[in-house]
Amino acid sequence: MHRREGLAKLTGRERYVDDLPLDDFLWGATVRSPASRGRVTAVRFGRGIDWSQFVVVDSQDLPGPNEILLIERDQPVLAAGYVRHVHEPVLLLAHRDRVALRRAVAAVTIEVAPEPAALDFRVPPRPEQIQYGADNVLKHLRIEKGDVERALATAPVVVEGVYETGAQEHVYLEPQGMIAHMDGDVLVVRGSMQCPYYVVKALTHALNRDEQHVRVVQTPTGGGFGGKEEYPSTIALHAALLALKSGRPVKLVYDRTEDMAATTKRHPARVRHRTGVTRDGKLVAQDIEVVMDGGAYVTLSPVVLSRGIIHAAGPYACEHVRIDGRAMFTNAVPFGAFRGFGAPQTHFAGERHMDVVAHRLGIDPAELRRRNLLRDGERTATGQVVNDGTDRVAVLERALALADYDKKRAANKAGGTTRRGIGIATFHHGAGFTGSGEVMLSSRVDVAGLPDGRIEVLSANIEMGQGTITVFTALAAARLGLTPDDVVVAEADTARVPNSGPTVASRTSMVVGRLVERACDDLRRRVNTGGRGKGEGLKRAIMDWHRAHPGGRLVGSATYERPPGIAWDDHTYTGDAYGAFAWAAYIAEVEVDLRTYTTRVTDFVAVQEIGKVLHETFARGQVQGGVAQGIGWALLEDCKWQDGAMANAQLTNYLIPTTEDLPPIRVAFLENPYPHGAQGAKGLGELPIDGPAPAVLNAVADALGVEPTTIPLTPERLMEIAERGARNAEQRRQ
Amino acid sequence: MPDPKATISFELNGEPATLAFAPHKTLLEVLREDAGLTGTKHGCELGECGTCTVLLDGTPVLSCLLLGLACAGHRVTTVEGMAAGGRLHPLQDAFAELGAAQCGYCTPAFLLAAQALLAVEPRPSRAAIKQALAGNLCRCTGYLKIYEAVELAAARLRGEDATPARETLYGHA
Repeated sequence: MHRREGLAKLTGRERYVDDLPLDDFLWGATVRSPASRGRVTAVRFGRGIDWSQFVVVDSQDLPGPNEILLIERDQPVLAAGYVRHVHEPVLLLAHRDRVALRRAVAAVTIEVAPEPAALDFRVPPRPEQIQYGADNVLKHLRIEKGDVERALATAPVVVEGVYETGAQEHVYLEPQGMIAHMDGDVLVVRGSMQCPYYVVKALTHALNRDEQHVRVVQTPTGGGFGGKEEYPSTIALHAALLALKSGRPVKLVYDRTEDMAATTKRHPARVRHRTGVTRDGKLVAQDIEVVMDGGAYVTLSPVVLSRGIIHAAGPYACEHVRIDGRAMFTNAVPFGAFRGFGAPQTHFAGERHMDVVAHRLGIDPAELRRRNLLRDGERTATGQVVNDGTDRVAVLERALALADYDKKRAANKAGGTTRRGIGIATFHHGAGFTGSGEVMLSSRVDVAGLPDGRIEVLSANIEMGQGTITVFTALAAARLGLTPDDVVVAEADTARVPNSGPTVASRTSMVVGRLVERACDDLRRRVNTGGRGKGEGLKRAIMDWHRAHPGGRLVGSATYERPPGIAWDDHTYTGDAYGAFAWAAYIAEVEVDLRTYTTRVTDFVAVQEIGKVLHETFARGQVQGGVAQGIGWALLEDCKWQDGAMANAQLTNYLIPTTEDLPPIRVAFLENPYPHGAQGAKGLGELPIDGPAPAVLNAVADALGVEPTTIPLTPERLMEIAERGARNAEQRRQ
Repeated sequence: MPDPKATISFELNGEPATLAFAPHKTLLEVLREDAGLTGTKHGCELGECGTCTVLLDGTPVLSCLLLGLACAGHRVTTVEGMAAGGRLHPLQDAFAELGAAQCGYCTPAFLLAAQALLAVEPRPSRAAIKQALAGNLCRCTGYLKIYEAVELAAARLRGEDATPARETLYGHA
């Protein structure tokens, strides 16, 4: 089935938030902190501007608590006399003329009496830098299995390593934006977002309104990647405050520089591994320490850290595991959700470390993985018994065969100025919310039978390019024996759709799609089908129902139920972290130019077992797009920080992969249907970004015989490593 | 104080057009705000992402870097002008069939850049396609489905009986 909204996207008719027609509206803008930390001593409005023509909003204008409601309530909607990071919103302005508004933003001076900022999450804070609890630790989590210290003490070989990953900017092509206006006494906010009900909760809390007086509508969303999970609540609140104060519609759309500088990014991380292993390569102990930079507010850092540590030990069997994780407060712009949600950072470290272990032992990296991949009946770090029937070694073997690994590994050590290498990553990704998260969400989906016999799927899950509308259409049509044209998917408008949870965590097809199927079943139960259970018979039965109940609403419904046999203990961090894992083996081939230290990925093989593939084209799109984003993170995407601000907040010098930077990305799926996912599907959206960075760096290690530990592996960084390696080799010879 | 407006005449999507707008405006702003054609998107407004690409006399240009005034007397083509006489352009058909549009935000620009390529190179190699599209960023697809769609459309425009290239997918096992 073709993408349902494809024609609109291909003809320019799709209306993203900034394309919506809007009459008699004001443009909104944000005035931000120039400093990382300190008391705001003055806000000066420059001369030469008639400020009476501007709507000005500050923290005093909030009708409710000055808090952006998320996990914690520590983040203000607008800074109230004190700032904790550069670009923190302080003031809002609105005006009907966008050029005048830009001049006005530039004419406001915010003066801050600076205080000592904490800007490096890797070093313990000095007393004067402590701003959160006793030690700036936002969240501390620990997983323990067996007795790591004893196992390490008796392990024949212990290998240590420290790995670092940088921040990553989402670069959804559509910048963030919101429109707010009043419709009678209802505040309406439309915009680009992944989680309409997060926005509802944030608006009701800080604006002191009940849910009946807030309506949030998602507009077609030009990419999200997690960047439109929590941040849109902030823009929605800002647009709403300006609309409430002015009484006019307000459009607040970021430009690229503001979007890159002020919104969330992937958490930078440092991961330390201490691994005990037998001489023939069997893991006996994994001691892992994970530290992430949370930035100046809690945002989603506790759950990012949680997913990060749960994946940190990799898809391997090991009896003794200890994973200690901390998310640190710093005065950086807060970090937030990004595809993979902590797992890419820990998988990078774990998979790069596996190759370091392999090199130490003189075992081929593929063979080391074969010997340690989880077999059915074995337990993950949290004690979850994996018993899904997937042959994880077969996933690896398929990738090795497609990449012609053995031949290339043997042939690659060419001389000259070009070196070739090949590298592997084997990894997993848990789909849906972690632990008890899905139970707490208690998502609901409705499926309505319409008077003309068609059906309408009502959910809060949104389309951002991944294919939600099409997949939900296909699932409902298949479940009810209808054609796709008999199915409509409702706009994600909170005045109409139930809260089916956020469009995050690779949960939409697997978890919410399953609710679509169950809601379809419920709809069938509610109409008297008289034996005409599906297809045309069902359509006629729906029409009959409406004739018998004029004006009535015929709705089937389903609410999340935890699959049987799943148990998680949030206190001890043990049990079934996820209902299902997707499993993957990725292989990268690289060429390194020794004259420029440029690394080019020349081939990429991505093999994954994701349960049932619901839509081959969309699934391939998720994998190829995720691999591209992962290659960017590995080699190109380098956030440069200066006094807590991103110094390269533009696409001129924050580089993402172009057509010239990417290899063919060869995709293969293995299917082992998951009984509790829609048609047997498991989550897919995030998995593909976990593997590319370690696979690429392992290939560089193979090409040059060095052990790079930090991404992005820019030419400058690689030159430093390679020349240090050459010096060390020289010293060893002398 | 609003800028006094300037008036220009040009050809927009095959039709003569006369528009009055503030003279400082870029072509991107003129198209979106004064011509009401919002199919042309803004991604950075600094000439870095290619999202605002339109055709000027058949050649791809970044509409965020070009003054609207500079288009007087020229031919401008936007995505809204691609489908002729109610029929989709073969590129639009191929993008739909092969799923080359995901979030869709960069899509109008890719379609136009590809159209300009096929106008001068009916049988482009994969390398030529990559080069022609190198100024356009896409964050969703990894570009492969876009190449395949351009190749499929090129074959059909040549009148060849084409099946989509599928070399990047090994299917299921």
